[in-house]
Amino acid sequence: MGIVEAILLTVITAATPLVLAAIGELVTERSGVLNLGVEGMMVMGAACAFIATQATGSPYVGILAGIAAAALFSLLFGFLTLTLVANQVATGLALTILGLGISSMIAEPYLGQSGIKLPQIVFPVLSDIPFLGPVLFKQDLIFYLSIALVAGVNWFLFKSRAGLKLRSVGDSHSSAHALGINVIRTRYLAVMFGGACAGLAGAQLSLVYTPQWVENMSAGRGWIALALVVFASWRPWRIVAGGYLFGAVSISQLYAQAYGVGIPSQFLSALPYLATIVVLILISHNRRMTLINTPAALGKPFVPDR
Amino acid sequence: MKKLLLALATTAAVIGFSAAASAADKAKICFVYVGSKTDGGWTQAHDIGRQELEKALADKIETQFLENVPEGPDAERAIERLARSGCGLIFTTSFGFMDATVKIAAKFPDVKFEHATGYKSGPNLATYNSRFYEGRYIQGQIAAKMSQKGVAGYIASFPIPEVVMGINSFLIGARSVNPEFKLKVVWANTWFDPGKEADAAKALIDQGVDILTQHTDTTAPMQVAAERGIKAFGQASDMIKAGPETQLTAIVDTWGAYYIKRTQAFIDGKWETTSSWDGLKDGILTMAPYTNMPDDVKAMAEETQKKIESGELKPFTGPLKKQDGSEWLAAGASSDDGTLLGMNFYVEGVDDKLPQ
Repeated sequence: MGIVEAILLTVITAATPLVLAAIGELVTERSGVLNLGVEGMMVMGAACAFIATQATGSPYVGILAGIAAAALFSLLFGFLTLTLVANQVATGLALTILGLGISSMIAEPYLGQSGIKLPQIVFPVLSDIPFLGPVLFKQDLIFYLSIALVAGVNWFLFKSRAGLKLRSVGDSHSSAHALGINVIRTRYLAVMFGGACAGLAGAQLSLVYTPQWVENMSAGRGWIALALVVFASWRPWRIVAGGYLFGAVSISQLYAQAYGVGIPSQFLSALPYLATIVVLILISHNRRMTLINTPAALGKPFVPDR
Repeated sequence: MKKLLLALATTAAVIGFSAAASAADKAKICFVYVGSKTDGGWTQAHDIGRQELEKALADKIETQFLENVPEGPDAERAIERLARSGCGLIFTTSFGFMDATVKIAAKFPDVKFEHATGYKSGPNLATYNSRFYEGRYIQGQIAAKMSQKGVAGYIASFPIPEVVMGINSFLIGARSVNPEFKLKVVWANTWFDPGKEADAAKALIDQGVDILTQHTDTTAPMQVAAERGIKAFGQASDMIKAGPETQLTAIVDTWGAYYIKRTQAFIDGKWETTSSWDGLKDGILTMAPYTNMPDDVKAMAEETQKKIESGELKPFTGPLKKQDGSEWLAAGASSDDGTLLGMNFYVEGVDDKLPQ
């Protein structure tokens, strides 16, 4: 296996949770809801996926448990912000804190245990393609799901009727309401989708990336996912581009250090963020395009008049 | 986020105190932790020490602790609250608590304070630290024996003297066995991020190292090493569970003996300001069992450990050169503690540029 291939494999593992959490948050935000609790939902997903895997011996059950737990957890956010119309920013932050706390509590007996790694799914002929084969067709289920989800979300948002409704809710909830669209229900579903994706991202952390449980193991990845959504200007495929760019830069700097290039490691560590800022500046150059993609009702509470 | 946790922790602590007030006049020994007491590493090691203390002096003392206390102004408030609530002796267990501890110690002259890994002391403020580098010297020797390629990988956290000291000691140990031994260093710039630590491990293994050691807190590198079939060393706690066929040994922090010794002195009224920097011989750090290695390597490791314990062998003993080739220690000369505690240079042979 060549070094480039090795780097690519590491990049894919590092980028997949970012892409997953970000694509979920993208749908949530497209419906006009800003959920800052991604980090908390992710770590809940990681904890529950790990616990279920250890209990049943099957990482696939673990994946389902991670998704279900985080989706349920996001319902709490939905109830507070959509039904009780609490402040979304404050509630999202609280969700993160709560998620970190609950996950450490329920998964404490599992600290230090070695987990079960999600097996690879090998595509017979395709994986024999030199170079690309092992990189793209010898991966685990969650990687394939991440790409499928991005494609699916892209189709849903821009090609389906339901997606059009969801976007209209995110752009102007009053107009959507006047047209007879159930704003609150749409937003509940979008929030839960975001939770489910964050849970899947968490499952990737505790079943693929580092098959173990440690407290706070998401280590800020939820926040990076949130930034990715803005970076992608709410366009699904740009999430993949952004996630992999971020992953590629942060992984290459580790390889560069091991190779022994004489660049200060603090600078190398800052590189992924620098690269992100540069691209962000380039993208936001066209202000009109950015505005068109930004959900106009993002973060605004909706109270239906009766 | 941490503020809320602190608020919760302190509320819990206040409730604890009011309950404890009725419990006779036992001396109260308090601890401030930077992390969670089940973090599997640094803070957990301190908490195990606290539990041993409680067990050893159960009839004379009771203990209290605050966990997840952020470094900075919040630490000051947390320490002050403990001092006010009747703690007689307070251990603050993170380098970043240094200035906060100094400030509160000046405010409460009747309370005794002990700060871990710092360098500022006072009439009622002692410092304590552990010579982790002694363990790293032994690891270096084992690495040189076990590596087929003669190159090890080192996952480092931040370029502070403590970490640089560890890297140097590891390489000096390795070169005492194989003078050609090489060391690749990757700075993760974090103490705690399992994903990133695993990435760093992969980066090192992909570039040919066949022994891995770490100065970060999670077992992720151990797990990657196990997956790739190479050997590795654990950090802060025994990580054998993460790599039953991978871990060669680990440096295990064992603070209990120190806590018992100091608390006993406190109860007897003999507590004095000290600046303690103990090592293997005092039991403040121990080596996890030497596993997954041939008997002759194990014998060598045990022999070296004995020599360090008896004081016959000091890891930082010349002839040693700095990385740039300049003379550091002449043959037979040993480094003084001051140089070690402020170490900001590599010794010859480290394949990395030290971030300044």
